[in-house]
Amino acid sequence: MAAIKWGAKRRLSIALLALQVLLTPFLVAAVLPEDRLDALYHSYTGGGVEVNGPSILWRKMFGGKSSLTANYYVDAISSASIDAVSSASPYKEKRIEKSVGGDFLLNKTIMSLNYTTSDENDFNAKTASFNLSQDMFGDLTTVSMGYVRGWDQIGKNGDPIFAETANRQSYRIGISQILTRDLVMALNFETVTDEGFLNNPYRSVRYLDATSATGYSFESEVYPRTHTSNAVALHTRYHLPYRASVLGEYRYFTDSWGVRSNNVALGYTHPYRDNWMFDVRYRYYKQGDADFYSDLFPYRQSQNFLARDKELSRFNNQTVGLSISYEIKPKDWAFVDRGSLNLSYDHIRFRYDNFRDITQSGASAGLEPLYHFSADVFQLYLSLWY
Amino acid sequence: MRSVCFLLLAVSACGCDVKPWVKPYERSHLADPIMQFSRDPVSTAYINHVYEAREGARGAEGSQGGGCGCN
Repeated sequence: MAAIKWGAKRRLSIALLALQVLLTPFLVAAVLPEDRLDALYHSYTGGGVEVNGPSILWRKMFGGKSSLTANYYVDAISSASIDAVSSASPYKEKRIEKSVGGDFLLNKTIMSLNYTTSDENDFNAKTASFNLSQDMFGDLTTVSMGYVRGWDQIGKNGDPIFAETANRQSYRIGISQILTRDLVMALNFETVTDEGFLNNPYRSVRYLDATSATGYSFESEVYPRTHTSNAVALHTRYHLPYRASVLGEYRYFTDSWGVRSNNVALGYTHPYRDNWMFDVRYRYYKQGDADFYSDLFPYRQSQNFLARDKELSRFNNQTVGLSISYEIKPKDWAFVDRGSLNLSYDHIRFRYDNFRDITQSGASAGLEPLYHFSADVFQLYLSLWY
Repeated sequence: MRSVCFLLLAVSACGCDVKPWVKPYERSHLADPIMQFSRDPVSTAYINHVYEAREGARGAEGSQGGGCGCN
């Protein structure tokens, strides 16, 4: 039985998760990241979907000039999402992602190479990346640039003949700037291009059909085979007069499918005594729909490209989050300098403007209530520096 | 991309003459862990992935390349 899986775009983005893990540490200028071990358990529950699993990150410096890192990540997915219950069936699956990388320091330059694989029963992705980071202007400025290349193989459960591919490239450039002794900012720009099979082999769109008892029928979605997007983001951190900091972020996104989005985020970090750290945050996201998106098409094959993916609809979401961190200072742990135990919770509310909940019975086609749902995201992790 | 490389090299070549207006001994606040854009890379990458899987937008979320010049 066909099952609605994670959308292709979502699965294809997964490899970038590992690259963020491996590249994010470059927040300190021209210094390799500290040796550390992180063990994280994550849990997402919302919209009929449950995703949980571990993520283990290991990083070790060698010879003072190079640092190797490895990440093992698992998504155990149990989905009865609105996509699944609307036109297919609930499913369970597991995705395993493995990443290795190396960072090499030469004077004020850090060069990074990373390789990631992501495997599930109907989708395999391989991603390689190269990143260069250079300090300048008395270490007040850091300029970085990167290139990512991905190769994906898409299958379809129940259809052994189905075999598609997609390739992607990403170009990114960023600048981080110390503005004052209390203020730092980072500006990042990224272009991503995809080519190949970009839609979901399981997902359908619906169209008006007077011969159907519900008033509508389903047909397979059809996406363009190319996709190019641009995103620019500004991040700032400001140290308050007392020991605390505020975070501000903004991102603007646009793509060749007609999607435009903006998101802003605010955060506040407050240490308490010697061992505690508290973070609170708020995030707002809003996007417009893709040119070929419709909740209900007027008739079968009414246009070249057809999408009813709610991630391509017009919607917004809001997040409130809290993190608590407790620093451990072991005195008799032979190989551990320090550690931290962390708990993080985020509550996200999604509200869709033109994606309707067709699981609600009684309404005429196209007049069903608009879909909305809430999600709870937990993270519990232990970090050790050695 | 080629022009970006050229620009990066050009800026890098002239960067050594610029005097830092925030001296190394004035960077104690910037060196504080509370000033990092991401203290925990595993956690940051995960939450970015949560959003990217459910939103149309993608990219430019990582703040790699950010520097505090503290060392």
